Amino acid sequence: MVYALPNLTDDSYFITLMIFSGINAIVAIGLCILMGSAGQVSLGQAGFYGIGAYASSVLSQSFGLPVVISMLCAAVISGIAAVILAAPSLRLKGHYLAVATLGFGEIIHIILNEFGPGGPSGFGDIPALSAGGFVLTTPAHVAWVVWGILLLLMIFSLNMLNARPGRALRALHGSETACNAMGLDVVGLKIKVFVLSAVYASIAGSLYAHYVSFISPSSFTLFHSVLLLMMVVLGGITTVWGGLVGAVIITLLPETLKAFEELDVLVYGLILTLSLLFLRRGIVPIVTAKIHSLLVRRNA
Amino acid sequence: MLEVQNISKVFGGVHALVDVSFSVAEGSLSALIGPNGAGKTTMMNIISGIFPPDKGSISFKGGVITRLSPAAIARRGLSRTFQHIELFAEMTVLENILVGRYIKSRSGFLAAGLRLPFVRTEEEKNRAKSLEILASIGLEGKADELASNLPLGEQRMLEIGRALATEPSLLLLDEPAAGLNIRETRDLGKMIVRLNTEREITILLVEHDMDLVMRISTSITVLNFGQKIASGKPADIQRNRDVITAYLGEEDPSC
Repeated sequence: MVYALPNLTDDSYFITLMIFSGINAIVAIGLCILMGSAGQVSLGQAGFYGIGAYASSVLSQSFGLPVVISMLCAAVISGIAAVILAAPSLRLKGHYLAVATLGFGEIIHIILNEFGPGGPSGFGDIPALSAGGFVLTTPAHVAWVVWGILLLLMIFSLNMLNARPGRALRALHGSETACNAMGLDVVGLKIKVFVLSAVYASIAGSLYAHYVSFISPSSFTLFHSVLLLMMVVLGGITTVWGGLVGAVIITLLPETLKAFEELDVLVYGLILTLSLLFLRRGIVPIVTAKIHSLLVRRNA
Repeated sequence: MLEVQNISKVFGGVHALVDVSFSVAEGSLSALIGPNGAGKTTMMNIISGIFPPDKGSISFKGGVITRLSPAAIARRGLSRTFQHIELFAEMTVLENILVGRYIKSRSGFLAAGLRLPFVRTEEEKNRAKSLEILASIGLEGKADELASNLPLGEQRMLEIGRALATEPSLLLLDEPAAGLNIRETRDLGKMIVRLNTEREITILLVEHDMDLVMRISTSITVLNFGQKIASGKPADIQRNRDVITAYLGEEDPSC
């Protein structure tokens, strides 16, 4: 079936960027739900991303499980890790929660370094993405699959956020005292939202590993967690669309700055600093508010 | 409906409540009054499970709730409002009510994300029910406003509406008239009476506004310095010596 889809373009460089944008966006929308809706902080998303990559790779390579099954098992393992992280961290808020999750990310990094296959140098020959006999051979196919999964997760997230669980998460952000008075299970909700964001990160990590076919612990560090944080803050944490837009921008930005040659890192930093200063609410909320006010004026 | 038995609570060296007992009969509109610092809010917080008492027990609908969490108590049908408003400020008026419907519905993360058929019917039912509640508290025109944009009087109404959405059998109102003007207080009083008579919700009211309490409540318990000094019908309380002394001070024989 995938062969019926048109090739996006022959430019494999562009396709690679599309794949990485999509993978980052999957983590970012999970982080938006966790931070923007439920008001919980995580500086350890790269940890779940790493668990997803390593677990799925090892299960499919060493144990010969089909890739799809490996990815699902990896998601379950990440979910369990999220429960283990969330349970003791639940009493923490704000900066303290940030530090606890940061510590979690570092622990995962150390574990991968010490006990992961290949240690710090990582390992390769990870099976390519495949399902039911179809092996995704070209990057264009991988791009379709990644963006297809992203689309499904977007729909799932929007449905969830617009219904009972989503309202409960935003209520949690608003007032825990009132949540308790309304009979909401505050602890359970926090664990569930952590698990949800971990599963998203895990799926993205698995896709990453099966696409690049070589992984090492250096891809799953605090730096990556901070980059993910940048994506959601830049795009706007209050909506999952913000995560999507932010992920695409942050992934493409360094590439478009290549024109500045050796000054690119400097310009990159400058753009991020300025956008945090002047686009505090995030790009998507600012743009939607603008469009909304234009429509209101036209109708008035 | 509610039995408060021999409750004591000490904060540091302060005896906030000393051996207080009273009961709220099913269907009644009861009030808990007393001068500032009498221990009214402490009693509210102990009943709703925010902190446990040092001594004593509380039973609700025949079951002991003394050590239960606030959420567990709420799920048993005891809902409350707060003296200092605790709305979900960044959510709309309608969404605030819908959060109140949480314990009366069951769609979880997976079901909602997959938009299963039962989720859709449940959402529609909750929406209809919430709009009906909004109409009954006079906020039907403000469903899509952010809760934080409402004036104080309407925020208090919204808190009551949100508590109603949980379909409580006992509603605790913690100083609902605080900060309201005379007209708003009168409307509030009418609404509380309507909730009690039409919806048959038992109500326990903590209030400073003596006029309001005397007008609407059917039975009153008076606290002073953490101790119960009187309880009875409004007319009896108004004539009670101890109560008058607590509020106005001792009569000076030299006058």
